[in-house]
Amino acid sequence: MKSLEELKAIREKMQGQIGIRSESSDQTRVIVGMATCGIASGARPVLTALSDAIQTKGLTNVSVTQTGCIGLCQYEPIVEVLEPGKDKVTYVKMTPEKALEVVEQHLIHGQAVKKYTISEILG
Amino acid sequence: MYRSHVLVCGGTGCTSSGSAKIIESLQSEIKKNGLKEEVAVVQTGCHGLCALGPIVIIYPEATFYAMVKEEDIPEIVSEHLLKGRIVTRLLYKEMITEDGIKSLNETEFYKKQHRIALRNCGVINPENIDEYIGTNGYEALGKVLTEYTPDQVIQSILDSGLRGRGGGGFPTGLKWKLAKGNDADQKYVCCNADEGDPGAFMDRSVLEGDPHVVLEAMAIAGYAIGATQGYIYVRAEYPIAVERLKIAIGQAREYGLLGKNIFGSDFDFDVDIRLGAGAFVCGEETALMTSIEGNRGEPRPRPPFPAQKGLFQKPTILNNVETYANIPQIILNGPEWFASMGTEKSKGTKVFALGGKINNTGLVEIPMGTSLRTVIDEIGGGIPNGKKFKAAQTGGPSGGCIPAEHFDIPIDYDNLISIGSMMGSGGLIVMDEDNCMVDIAKFFLEFTVDESCGKCTPCRIGTKRLHEMLEKITNGQGTMEDLKKMEDLCYYIKDNALCGLGQTAPNPVLSTLRFFRDEYVAHVVDKKCPSGVCKALLSYVIDADKCKGCTLCSRVCPNSAITGKVKEAHIIDQSKCIKCGACMEKCKFGAISKK
Repeated sequence: MKSLEELKAIREKMQGQIGIRSESSDQTRVIVGMATCGIASGARPVLTALSDAIQTKGLTNVSVTQTGCIGLCQYEPIVEVLEPGKDKVTYVKMTPEKALEVVEQHLIHGQAVKKYTISEILG
Repeated sequence: MYRSHVLVCGGTGCTSSGSAKIIESLQSEIKKNGLKEEVAVVQTGCHGLCALGPIVIIYPEATFYAMVKEEDIPEIVSEHLLKGRIVTRLLYKEMITEDGIKSLNETEFYKKQHRIALRNCGVINPENIDEYIGTNGYEALGKVLTEYTPDQVIQSILDSGLRGRGGGGFPTGLKWKLAKGNDADQKYVCCNADEGDPGAFMDRSVLEGDPHVVLEAMAIAGYAIGATQGYIYVRAEYPIAVERLKIAIGQAREYGLLGKNIFGSDFDFDVDIRLGAGAFVCGEETALMTSIEGNRGEPRPRPPFPAQKGLFQKPTILNNVETYANIPQIILNGPEWFASMGTEKSKGTKVFALGGKINNTGLVEIPMGTSLRTVIDEIGGGIPNGKKFKAAQTGGPSGGCIPAEHFDIPIDYDNLISIGSMMGSGGLIVMDEDNCMVDIAKFFLEFTVDESCGKCTPCRIGTKRLHEMLEKITNGQGTMEDLKKMEDLCYYIKDNALCGLGQTAPNPVLSTLRFFRDEYVAHVVDKKCPSGVCKALLSYVIDADKCKGCTLCSRVCPNSAITGKVKEAHIIDQSKCIKCGACMEKCKFGAISKK
């Protein structure tokens, strides 16, 4: 270790990974439906794509968790985004590609991706 | 990249309740379920709630599973990790409320705690330097080497008001300043990890959970006083701590955080481990240094103080593990931040190892000035089985007992001394109505008699005589004159012993005499032990009205002291009775009592 920059590089890389262990109340929660229906329609790749992207981008205030079946099995994989003080946004029929768009636009820039939300698709 | 981290406590407490097996089982179940690429299993240090080990925490949900057994693992993996459903039956009960599950930081045990020295314990993998760096590790060292002069470092520590956490409470900054002021070709930085008080395990937990913080702080101290070599003196009875320290030193050397030209500066510093063989006296600073030098661990007179002539006759500073664990945070957050916590003369926080008659046995870190009531009733969860609190023992064999009347005293260095106890390294043993205070004093004296190194007469012979007098009293042969003699001898030893061990050895006797004199008097005058502990003063008797003559007691008695015919009341022969209590435990009719 010959410079502070080297230390900083390791710190920033690790903060993305360790951030998952923080417990603050102003966290944004991203919840993926992982019941049998969700898993069967491909929730697992969506879940891993989300958690990978969030850690690579260093979004330490976002956590990705799982939940069971919410009853809309035909619209799985379902992803819900809960931001403190805002209404819940529910995305349906997700894919890893769509999930990345959500990370980029919704979680980073604060704009929900309307075209994938339940209200758009169910009408 | 992992979407979930499963943290398993690998401290000594959880290891002994089987956490290593849990880790193995988790890894194989995770593999079986195809989650190997998604879920990381991390071994951490102590979470503090040792009574509920083995502990498993799953992030990002921060689900806290307590008393996990190997056979629970398949369920945790298939339910929680695969399907995202929390296994409620294994949850820490305190977290379950009517409205669902509350966060761990909201539970009574953690709510009032403030973790500075323990901030990484139970959070990071202690065997991975990158995780330490990820929580701002080694940033303080980088900061002092590039921005501070040694004097500025010392000033920061002085301003913070940090006092030694090993027991004495000497201002750390002042210690450093004195050592810096003495010129020499070589100086040393030592770390006292020879934690020997019965029931204390604060330092062990820091070393096991966050070993790098000690290395970083020692390097900062080295820079401040102008030392290039450090020694950590740790007991060989702490195998996990020693192993993790070795790994940490290896990693720090590899990264160039120990060694030559750290952070490209001209500062060199390295650390080596020295193992203690378990002598209590080696926790005393001069004995510790004599032991590092390769000699028999005996104290030497002061002055000269270690800051003048310490290890190998060179200026040396010696700080305790917990003291070091505070240093990087003081540098990073500023001395004002640290000084804003605690009481007027005791700043910051203190780690306590809770033990004895308390529900939440474990490790807690509280701001100085927190009351004993908060620690025992709220954080500690009170006393088991509805028993009544009698006293709390702090400071181990050097400390004293705090009785119920001082339950609301704010805990800090000066308050504890004013009531005849001391902070000590942080062992806190809770005693209830079933503990005999004379017996407690005898227990600690037995310990100091064993551990006295024998170099000075007041300690070698004085503690032995004290112990004999306590024996006499608990055997029911004591006189009131003995109490007076005992007190005089206590003060004599205090004034004349060579080192801290002897000077503080009479404290358990003095403080119990002060607060529980009535118990001594009961032993001496009434020949009774009010708590029913001292065997010589007890007798087991059978109530003839209640005895049904079932013969069970006579069959369990190991010394054939009970006689009687079937369906007739039995009798205990007091001359044969060894007072083991086996008969009382077995009697189904409550006919046997001890008096």
